[in-house]
Amino acid sequence: MKNTIRVHQFHGGIHPPENKKQSTGAPISLAPIPSRIVLPLQQHIGLPADPVVRVGQRVLKGQLVAEAIGRISANIHASISGTVVAIEPHPVPHMSGMKADCLIIESDGKDEWIEHQGLADYTKLPTQALIEYIRQSGIAGMGGAGFPTDVKLHLGDDHIVNTLIINAAECEPYITADDMLMRERADEIMGGIEIIAHLLKPLHIMVGIEDNKPQAIRALHAAMDNSALNLDIVITPTKYPSGGEKQLIKLLTGVEVPSGSIPADVGIVCQNVGTTSAIYRAVTHGEPLISRIITVTGQAAAHKQNYEVRLGTPLADLLNHSAVERQQLQRLIIGGPMMGITVTDEQIPVIKTTNCLIAGSIKEMPPQPPAQACIRCGMCEQVCPAELLPQQLYWFAKGKEFDKARHHNLFDCIECGACSYVCPSNIPLVQYYRFAKAEIRKEDDEQRKADHARQRFEARLARLERDKIEKEERRKQRAIDAAAAQAAKKDAALNQAPTASVSAAPEAGTPDLKQLKSNAAIARTKLKKAEKALNNAQDKGLDGIDTLKETLKQLQLKSAQAEKAYSDAQNAPAKAAAPVLDLKQLKSNAAIARTKLKKAEKQLANATASGEGDISALTAQVSLLQDKNIAAEKAYKAAESGPSNAAAAPIDTTELEADIAALQAKVDKATSAWQAAVASASPAADKMAAGVEKLTTKLKGLQDELSQARAALPASSATVDTTELEADIAALQGKVDKANSAWQAAVASASPAADKMAAGVEKLTTKLKGLQDELSQARAALPASSTTVDTTELEADIAALQGKVDKANGAWQAAVASASPAADKMAAGVEKLTTKLKGLQDELTQAKSRSEAAMPAAAPATAAPDLKALKQQVSIMRTKLKKAEKQLTELPEGADNAALMAEIDSLKARHDAAKALWDAAEADKIAAAAAQGVDLKQLKIDAAMARAAVTKAERALSKAEDDQPALEAELVTIRAQADKLNATLERFSD
Amino acid sequence: MSAVFVAVLVLLGLGLVFGILLGYSSIRFKVEGNPLVDQVDSLLPQTQCGQCGHPGCRPYAEAIVNADEAINKCPPGGQSTVEALADLLDVEALPLDAESEAEPIKKVAYIREDECIGCTKCIQACPVDAILGAAKQMHTVITSECTGCDLCVEPCPVDCIDMLPLETTLNNWQWPAPKPGIELIATDRQPSIALEVKG
Repeated sequence: MKNTIRVHQFHGGIHPPENKKQSTGAPISLAPIPSRIVLPLQQHIGLPADPVVRVGQRVLKGQLVAEAIGRISANIHASISGTVVAIEPHPVPHMSGMKADCLIIESDGKDEWIEHQGLADYTKLPTQALIEYIRQSGIAGMGGAGFPTDVKLHLGDDHIVNTLIINAAECEPYITADDMLMRERADEIMGGIEIIAHLLKPLHIMVGIEDNKPQAIRALHAAMDNSALNLDIVITPTKYPSGGEKQLIKLLTGVEVPSGSIPADVGIVCQNVGTTSAIYRAVTHGEPLISRIITVTGQAAAHKQNYEVRLGTPLADLLNHSAVERQQLQRLIIGGPMMGITVTDEQIPVIKTTNCLIAGSIKEMPPQPPAQACIRCGMCEQVCPAELLPQQLYWFAKGKEFDKARHHNLFDCIECGACSYVCPSNIPLVQYYRFAKAEIRKEDDEQRKADHARQRFEARLARLERDKIEKEERRKQRAIDAAAAQAAKKDAALNQAPTASVSAAPEAGTPDLKQLKSNAAIARTKLKKAEKALNNAQDKGLDGIDTLKETLKQLQLKSAQAEKAYSDAQNAPAKAAAPVLDLKQLKSNAAIARTKLKKAEKQLANATASGEGDISALTAQVSLLQDKNIAAEKAYKAAESGPSNAAAAPIDTTELEADIAALQAKVDKATSAWQAAVASASPAADKMAAGVEKLTTKLKGLQDELSQARAALPASSATVDTTELEADIAALQGKVDKANSAWQAAVASASPAADKMAAGVEKLTTKLKGLQDELSQARAALPASSTTVDTTELEADIAALQGKVDKANGAWQAAVASASPAADKMAAGVEKLTTKLKGLQDELTQAKSRSEAAMPAAAPATAAPDLKALKQQVSIMRTKLKKAEKQLTELPEGADNAALMAEIDSLKARHDAAKALWDAAEADKIAAAAAQGVDLKQLKIDAAMARAAVTKAERALSKAEDDQPALEAELVTIRAQADKLNATLERFSD
Repeated sequence: MSAVFVAVLVLLGLGLVFGILLGYSSIRFKVEGNPLVDQVDSLLPQTQCGQCGHPGCRPYAEAIVNADEAINKCPPGGQSTVEALADLLDVEALPLDAESEAEPIKKVAYIREDECIGCTKCIQACPVDAILGAAKQMHTVITSECTGCDLCVEPCPVDCIDMLPLETTLNNWQWPAPKPGIELIATDRQPSIALEVKG
């Protein structure tokens, strides 16, 4: 047996006593089927598997019980048939001795296989499908690390694999599992190698085996010598740790795997012999990884040999089967003596990576002697297979200078334990390295976490900032929108009439008419000039009168033509398209005609009085003008009655309103002039009064017209109407107030005009009433949906009126106090106002009852706001009532306080009613809440608060032992309260 | 005489050249902000807990660099952070300014969910948005995002937030530091020898 390949060397290494002979005496035997297996969900490197069975489910041998999650993970299969009894934390083979989630299966004793079948010809399967098949069987590296095998088989995807190395070195003392496997199942190993070679397609395959296994080497040769693969069995000298992946690669190829990279980076893949055998069984027999070969050895064990053990078998079963003497047992080690872990719990199960179980006696596993000071002998450096400086690393780890340890390539340490083995001071060097590695990993992890937290913190700050800005922008936008809406509203109100009239006006008619009119005017002017010239000539007896007369005649003709054309044009389009404009035009025409007539009449009167001039000519002119005037008025009236159809009505009303306003202004002016006249006792006062009356009459007429037009308006525009009406009312109200104040001033100065003024005020008030009636009618006509708005408006009106009534009352009282004769009238006015107020209030209550009827019985959802409104109402009523009562007490004895009393009574009644309503509503709400459990939440919160108080008190109590009695008393009361609340809560929770 | 002139001219020329070079490089290679703040910030644990008296880790880093703030005011970072900062800033490492233990235990917030009333106060307090919930809904802590800064405990009106030490699992378990053995020297191991030598 000679190597055909040169074996290289790796640095360091040790030669501990092998202790392998003890367990190779007997062939591999099957361990008894355990009555109960424990399958940790993590038996491999990577993420734990996810259970796919539930407790109580029956599973068969080979059935998948936990599924791999993610890329680096492995499936787990039941190794016996039986029932899943628990999925719970259970001690597992881990350095920490902690518990981890395990599937526990109770055997049914039948050991029944699930249906399984191998692949007839795996070479026909695509590579990926074959790897997936191997992944399904849950194979993880059986050498000790437990790296999922399928991940290694995928290395061919993105690496060029030149060399496949099969690790058969098994360098650790005591362990003979691979040795026995090779001796007895070399064919399986060969089959596995073929499968791996099929997947990775390496140029060269090397099986690395130590020279202390001659029987295994012979068996391998027997199985592999006829292989078609480029395969070499390389025998290496026995040296620990030649089975380390990087060390074996160095031995066989002389290539050193760089720090921080994997063997595949240099074109090499390593597999353990146990893994190849498992792959073979999975592919050809369809058996998932449910058992493995384990060496049970150590001086405490009577039968030192290899067993094929079902995964999940508790160590106790194995120890019993090997007749381990518990008295002798000093240390139980899973794995080898160099890298294995000491366990204390015999219930820990066998897992995929368990290759050896050493039941050591005190003689072979003496307790670690106490560590002594490092003497800097440097032996550790001599044996380190990773060519590190263990002594230096030890100092760094001990001094917690982890950065320096890292810079000295701490992470290349394979924790083989060679340095500890040779250390003359018995320093547990590997423990120091493990600790330092863990600390560095923790630091890295914390740094990562800190970076993550910083990102999140900054993101949060950015979000808050953005929210703030957005909020501000939204606020600004809202303000702009509101302003725009306001402006649009105003514009709409202003533009409505002009735009409407402009759009309604005939486009062709207007310029034409104007042109004609100006033509006519020019002609008339010329005619007048000519007449003047003629007159001059006649007076002075100049010649050329004839020619002048001729010219005049022609001019007269022209003028007549122009005027005719103008009037024709005026009449023609008016009938067709522009009734509105026409009306106005006609109206102004009529007015002009009237004015002219008046002027003429005046002239005539003057002439008659002075007895000069051409009276007859003037008279003729006057009569002509009168005719014209009559015609114009007739035309106007006809036009007015004719075209005021439905479509033009709204525009009409606005125009009418404008007219009314103008007239109103005139009336006001006239009235003020008249008042001035009255004040100065001017003789013209009477005439002025007549004028004022005339104007007022006209105003009334116009207003009647307006109301008619409004009545004719469609229902849809009712709302607009009411707002307009309201505006009118407000304006009128203002006027009434003004008049009232003027009248009062007059009364105060005992002016004789006071009576008349009073009449005027009364008139205005009547008008106001009329308008208000109109308003109420319009409102009554409004659809039910807008009743709520209505009531608020009504309320506002009422409040305004109330204010007025109060004012009037005050004025009246002042008058009474000064014994003014106007007091009686004032009283009447006040009473009138009060009546109006009452009327409005009645209206309000009606509207409210209507609205309440519309919203039947205040649905539970709206109960709360309703309650609020009711409460408000009640308080308003109360205030009003109080005010009225105060007024009553302030009134002088014997005064007419019946009205006030009545008002107070009504207010009282209403207050009581509102209050009753509110009380009822509130009672209803509480009852409903109790019934529906709305209270529960409150109760819950109260209970939580009480609980918090209890915990707080308890804490305080523990802190302050001095004030114990007082605090305890407090605690007791709080607890009682909490209990009570809890009890209530429970009662309601049912 | 001319030699003096030449020397003066050469020196002037050199001064001019280097002046221009320095002036240019001071503009071309200008460093925005203080890089030291970033370095200090990266050493801090980013719990944003405010225990140093600054509103977050970066403000503390700025205070250390710009306002000569003491470096020992970060209890979550512990003594190791103090040492790292001392190393970076080349100042003397001070003992940690905290009343508690030297090395703080990692904690995470835990909400007793059936007691939560859904007030969202803790959500507003959390500097890293690690609390999930909405008004009137039960809240919960995303443990993996929690920095254990303690800021959510105070605002809770029903005291349902506990700071619990991070649970040790197989994944975050780590090898403990080896117990320093009783490192005897030869004379200690055999007291009789020591006595003999003395005697």
